[in-house]
Amino acid sequence: MTVAETSEGDQELLPKSRTAGVEYLREVGAVLRIPHLPEGIEEVPTDHDTMIINMGPQHPSTHGVLRVMMELQGETVLRCKPVMGYLHTGMEKTGEELTYLQGPTNTTRMDYISPLFNELVFSLATEKLLDIELPPRATWIRMLMCELNRMSSQVVWLATNGMDLGAVSMMIYGFREREMILAFFEKVTGLRMNHNYIRPGGVAVDLPEGWRDDVLKILEVFPQRLDEYDTLLTGQPIWQERTQGVGVITTEECLALGVTGPILRSTGMPWDLRRDQPYLYYDQVDFDVIVGSYGDTFDRYAIRLNEIRESIKIIHQILDKMPQGDYRVQDKKVTPPPRARIDESMEALIHHFKIFTEGFRVPEGEVYVAVESPRGELGCYMVSDGSSKPYRMHIRGPSFVNLQALPHMIRGALIADAVAVISTIDPIMGEVDR
Amino acid sequence: MGLEDLNHNFLTGRIEDLVKWARRNSVWPATFGLACCAIEMMSTGAAHFDLARFGMEVFRASPRQADLMIVAGRVSQKMAPVLRQVYDQMMEPKWVISMGVCASSGGMFNNYAIVQGVDQIVPVDVYSPGCPPGPETLMHSILTLHELIRTGEITKRRGAAGAGAGVHVTERRVAVATPH
Amino acid sequence: MDEPDGQPAEDEAELVHGAPSALSRGQLVVFPERADYLDLVGLLYDDGYRVCVDLTGADYQPYMERELPAGVTRERFEVVVNLLATDTRRRIRVRVQVPEADPALPSIFQLHPGTEAMERETYDMFGVVFTGHPDLSRILMPDDWEGHPLRKDFGFGRIPVQFKGAPPAR
Repeated sequence: MTVAETSEGDQELLPKSRTAGVEYLREVGAVLRIPHLPEGIEEVPTDHDTMIINMGPQHPSTHGVLRVMMELQGETVLRCKPVMGYLHTGMEKTGEELTYLQGPTNTTRMDYISPLFNELVFSLATEKLLDIELPPRATWIRMLMCELNRMSSQVVWLATNGMDLGAVSMMIYGFREREMILAFFEKVTGLRMNHNYIRPGGVAVDLPEGWRDDVLKILEVFPQRLDEYDTLLTGQPIWQERTQGVGVITTEECLALGVTGPILRSTGMPWDLRRDQPYLYYDQVDFDVIVGSYGDTFDRYAIRLNEIRESIKIIHQILDKMPQGDYRVQDKKVTPPPRARIDESMEALIHHFKIFTEGFRVPEGEVYVAVESPRGELGCYMVSDGSSKPYRMHIRGPSFVNLQALPHMIRGALIADAVAVISTIDPIMGEVDR
Repeated sequence: MGLEDLNHNFLTGRIEDLVKWARRNSVWPATFGLACCAIEMMSTGAAHFDLARFGMEVFRASPRQADLMIVAGRVSQKMAPVLRQVYDQMMEPKWVISMGVCASSGGMFNNYAIVQGVDQIVPVDVYSPGCPPGPETLMHSILTLHELIRTGEITKRRGAAGAGAGVHVTERRVAVATPH
Repeated sequence: MDEPDGQPAEDEAELVHGAPSALSRGQLVVFPERADYLDLVGLLYDDGYRVCVDLTGADYQPYMERELPAGVTRERFEVVVNLLATDTRRRIRVRVQVPEADPALPSIFQLHPGTEAMERETYDMFGVVFTGHPDLSRILMPDDWEGHPLRKDFGFGRIPVQFKGAPPAR
């Protein structure tokens, strides 16, 4: 039987005898600035005493198609290397072929657990290039949807992390809660995932009638469910033993590696772009940045759990502040005319047609815009050459960078804990490989 | 002892029908989640949609224990050989559901990185449309597959039966038959 | 819109450690020479830009007339580095010109170990070689892939939609 070659050559973890000095240091997780192998560090066993095993890309605990190669001595992980690209979709190339209005359809499929954030960062970058100001209601709607999305994303993380660690009931519960939010999303955007709801110039449609009751219902149910999780997991000795002291990382190492999000906050550094470099109207709402103190898996669990509570707090404030008004900017250049006008005005029809076929032109320039996604800093670097399509669209996926902390966090752990560490990074492979 | 003593709890049927009935009611899918669709596949297995109603809640991590591969998501050029290897490891009889437009035809990603349809690599029995298909759509395609299993041949290899996109299957079958 | 990056208004073409700079939509951008790139990132590191948030590339082959400050030679490739100072909450962007004839740039792995994967990605996508990188291999594409997909002269790879096995027209 012919089986196609699945080896990836130099991208894989090579035997020690074939690994160069600095590369080796990286794979054992020594991220500090050591240019050469220091004397005396070579106490490690030779290639004959160890074994390189391959985990993934088709593995139930790698959250998609991540492939982790680990060198083991017995049960201990000596070094590891994430091999990725198995979900490389060419989205940055596709982004150059789509107009700015079509762009969010592309970016939304990157981080498929929190698609609205991808749309948001793309739209913010476009709007910064266009230099347009949004009506307040559009911004508040964006915040509402994003915070709900943050809740569903963290709940999915709790579910999958629970499943990886053997808490299968957590998985059932997590997806149950997610369905509530997805039902609301479906009502608003028409889709459960990959919404293409946040677009340059505002949002696609206004919130439907009765949205406030739906949101209030979610906010009413969630706190009780979170308390259930507390009972189920937080105080549970098995859960604590499996997570406490596993995958420890320090603030310095996080910053050196560019790691952001809950992993950075778990080390005690209060860095949250919503508070530190506010975008949308996050400077007008009151919320806490949750930090940990040990930088281990348990801290990251607690941070994600409590961030749901903070999101609930934020959404309550959004409900109070939601103004009336337009849900998209009334700028003829960017916004198609209202549906009713198309029936009576030929010009409106032509205008509508042109916006959706040719798209609108964006002035030349380049910007980098970042938002705080549930996984960390989600950035968009966009270059415009004055046409109606981005000249270069690059998304800085937080998972891609956070995944580079894996060799460090996994070093010296037992192989049973490797799953817990991979899971705690919360990599979304669509965003890693793009 | 003759049949006259067994007057209750007794069914008769052709062995073929019984085998197909049994196969239909306990299809074990392999976890082959790739992208967005994988999340919807997990939702389908979770409490709200409850795939256990169809005897399918056991997602097997090992392809050796599975007889259905749900290709959930876009297949990249780098992933294609891996996917084929997983498929080759599965035992006959085996079925493939191509979940979502990316797996079925490349979807919106018609570019250098994505295989334009997983049927170029493995024979596909059911194509499930949507981006991503909702759990209802996936369940519908699973029920469609159940019907295919119930009415299909039990012994004939599906290559000969022309399952999937015919052109590709023929090409691939020839390639597999070639000695290494 | 509010200025999210908290940059103070600075005059254009001010020198940052001897390199020309500009404001792009209110964001500070520095354009060092290729030879000064490593030193500049080091000096910025000492200034507090301790986090390398992002490193990527761009291919300007069909768009060579782009706007750059005086004194910066336009080259085909650019490597774009986004740095962040967490204590002052400021961002700075470094854009280095990399010529097509010799697409090489020193790696900043020693200063920012997190750029290891990003430099590999930029190498994979644009073919920019980072000297001093510990493990410069492809990261997203298969190892035997030919070409660098995000270069503008690399084809989009679109294939026409084919309907195979479709029932014949009636």
